[in-house]
Amino acid sequence: MSPSSPELLAELRAALAPIRVLDSPFEKVLYARDASAVGYAPPGVVCLPLTTAEVQACVRIAAAHGRPVTPRGSGTGLAGGAVPLNDPVVIVTTKMNRLVEVDEDSRTAWVEPGLLNLDLSRQVAHLGLHYAPDPSSQQTCSIGGNVASNSGGPHCLLHGCTSAHVLAIEVVLADGSVCVLGGPEPDAPGYDLRGAFVGSEGTMGIATKILVRLMPNPPTIRTLLADFASIRDASAAVSAIIGAGILPAALEMMDANCIAAVENFAHAGLPLDAAAVLLVEVEGLAAGTEIAASEIVAQCRASGARAVRVAATVEERMLLWKARKSAFGAIANIKPNYYLHDCVVPRTKLVEVMEKVVDIVESRGLIVLNVFHAGDGNLHPLIVFDRREPGVEEKVQQAGKAIIEACVAAGGVLSGEHGIGLEKRDYMALVFSAVDLEHQQRLRDVFDPARRMNPEKVLPTGSWCGELHHVPEGAWI
Amino acid sequence: MDLSLAPPSAAVLSFAEEVGATGPVAVLGGRTHWHVAGELDAGARLVRAPSGIVAHEPEELIVRCGAGTPVGELTEALAEHGQMSPLDPASPDATVGGVLSVGYSGVRRLRYGPVRDLLLEARYVAANGELVKAGAPVVKNVTGFDLCRLLVGSVGTLGLIGEVVLRCRPIPAATRWLLSVDADPWVTRRALFGASAVLWDGNTTWVLLEGYAADVDAEARVLSPSFTEVAGPPPLPAGVRLSLAPKALRGLSASVLGGPFVAEIGIGTVHVASGAPKVASSSNSSGDARVAMLNRELKAAFDPTGRLNPGRRP
Repeated sequence: MSPSSPELLAELRAALAPIRVLDSPFEKVLYARDASAVGYAPPGVVCLPLTTAEVQACVRIAAAHGRPVTPRGSGTGLAGGAVPLNDPVVIVTTKMNRLVEVDEDSRTAWVEPGLLNLDLSRQVAHLGLHYAPDPSSQQTCSIGGNVASNSGGPHCLLHGCTSAHVLAIEVVLADGSVCVLGGPEPDAPGYDLRGAFVGSEGTMGIATKILVRLMPNPPTIRTLLADFASIRDASAAVSAIIGAGILPAALEMMDANCIAAVENFAHAGLPLDAAAVLLVEVEGLAAGTEIAASEIVAQCRASGARAVRVAATVEERMLLWKARKSAFGAIANIKPNYYLHDCVVPRTKLVEVMEKVVDIVESRGLIVLNVFHAGDGNLHPLIVFDRREPGVEEKVQQAGKAIIEACVAAGGVLSGEHGIGLEKRDYMALVFSAVDLEHQQRLRDVFDPARRMNPEKVLPTGSWCGELHHVPEGAWI
Repeated sequence: MDLSLAPPSAAVLSFAEEVGATGPVAVLGGRTHWHVAGELDAGARLVRAPSGIVAHEPEELIVRCGAGTPVGELTEALAEHGQMSPLDPASPDATVGGVLSVGYSGVRRLRYGPVRDLLLEARYVAANGELVKAGAPVVKNVTGFDLCRLLVGSVGTLGLIGEVVLRCRPIPAATRWLLSVDADPWVTRRALFGASAVLWDGNTTWVLLEGYAADVDAEARVLSPSFTEVAGPPPLPAGVRLSLAPKALRGLSASVLGGPFVAEIGIGTVHVASGAPKVASSSNSSGDARVAMLNRELKAAFDPTGRLNPGRRP
């Protein structure tokens, strides 16, 4: 961290308001990382704009001073995507948090990027609508951050991830210009720049206004908890349910370690002697939902479930979801530090990869909790550890690398919903050739030829010159 | 370390060879939308993408096939396992790659989303003849930038798609089309939880209901009594396809549009018979010029010599 020049600070303070340009050491460390343990870099200056024009001003002033820009939402990212590298001006969109306009005919809404995911659903609930993607961090993550990460969530199994719910994005580009990508119409003219921007992790610009799709609230929801004596049986049930032609709204798995941790925290009545539980949700009209729920019960039993419980009340359902979504907080009772992974494998490889993951972690004397989106094959091994134990960080890092390699070897990918950020940037060559990566770089360079937006993220540096299979130690910090 | 760098199939390799590295070139699909994105330069060499299903994995809800596969053939193959990939072109002769390149979604978009959400992986031939992979054969993936969505609707001007992996879904157990000559299409759409399509021609409203038979029947009971069973959707006028904000469909009429039309309520696509509607497709108002520049620069970055589908633009 180098101190920001007085001129830079003065210009930013004149453009925004002095109180919304932060540069005290205490404030800056608050923006040095995201919610992961990946990377740490206190920025020189942090800006909190209120309008698109203010975002533009920040971007232009940064450019004039030769400084890059790192956009930031709520900072709940899990891949180090918001870690401010190369001494950037950090632009935080949390104060731009209004629901601007709802169009009921189109079932869409324009929102500002700092609006929290769950607040959006709450604010349209009186219309019988909601915003479908529901990351576990939905109480604190912002829609702008969701756009940057193409975030998922349990209910993306049926409804798709963020890209399927974003119709248009007003963006400030690296040159300070503003434009709208996509539009309210079904097929905006030209290339799908909207689609290219979603998931670009802040490297193509800053979203300042977003047109999202809203879904009608389902009249009926059934939530089931199935209890299995082995992960193998639970995984077989996942395949059986999908194979039977049922597409649940959500299909989640927790293993015994995870069950123990969350039950201790959420008291949802989870079976503490189960090797795995499946949390399955179906939604829709009453009759079909009941048919699907009974079929799921039958498939779980046929796959060896010891018991299947159907949530009888809304409260019971909410409690089960609280247990699922609080896995993250619950682990603090076990160890103070965690490393949460995010890989995708074909559903039919779940058992094989899960066994490998457990072996990889436990053979290093570490503890792993598994809580994941089984329906999508989206694994989330959560390694818990205590940083103060000598040598433990190296072990965690090695285990992480081995997990990634095991997933890729099974035909999987590096990330299902957290993104690449800094964490997995140097693993990109495991799944893409030099030519593939060079094409991704071309796309980024059209938006930001000088590579000033969120530098050093997503693509391995040197992707255009073939230095690819070098995965440096220390990608995880 | 190249653990998942699955090599391209022989068919895709030979497609890349055929496309080569020089000279204007275009892919010939089913010729069902040959003229929608401008006239191809006369000198362009025509090639065909590989055809045929490579693998359908019902438990993964994915299918891999050559981009030259006719959609009708794909539909039949998937149906054997009770699945579909709702590309829904007007003609089953359209090829998978053609539908994706043109980017038009079918009338069931209200339920299944746009075609751009179906493409999970694409192997395409770049302007210099190299094979490129975008995406991966898994249903959820944020590994790198989304070149798949960029390809959909790009009318073959950024790369020529050789092979794809598509998302599949279970075929709904029941399907019913209903029509009414005096129902309000807006009220109709709001009354239903999950219509697959609501079409309107200014007088008549058509509704497609899909799902479990009990659900479809329950939704049909919600409709006004004026709705009656019908075999299928109306023929879609093939003159002009407008793309409007959904709320702009209120007040549309044949006189405003200059001819008969069928509008997709809740979506904004309008199929018009005549060639010269008085309503223009909407476009971005702010930053139009900057968006146009991004489009030009994107084309230049992916096809610097302009050899891919010359004369066409999305």
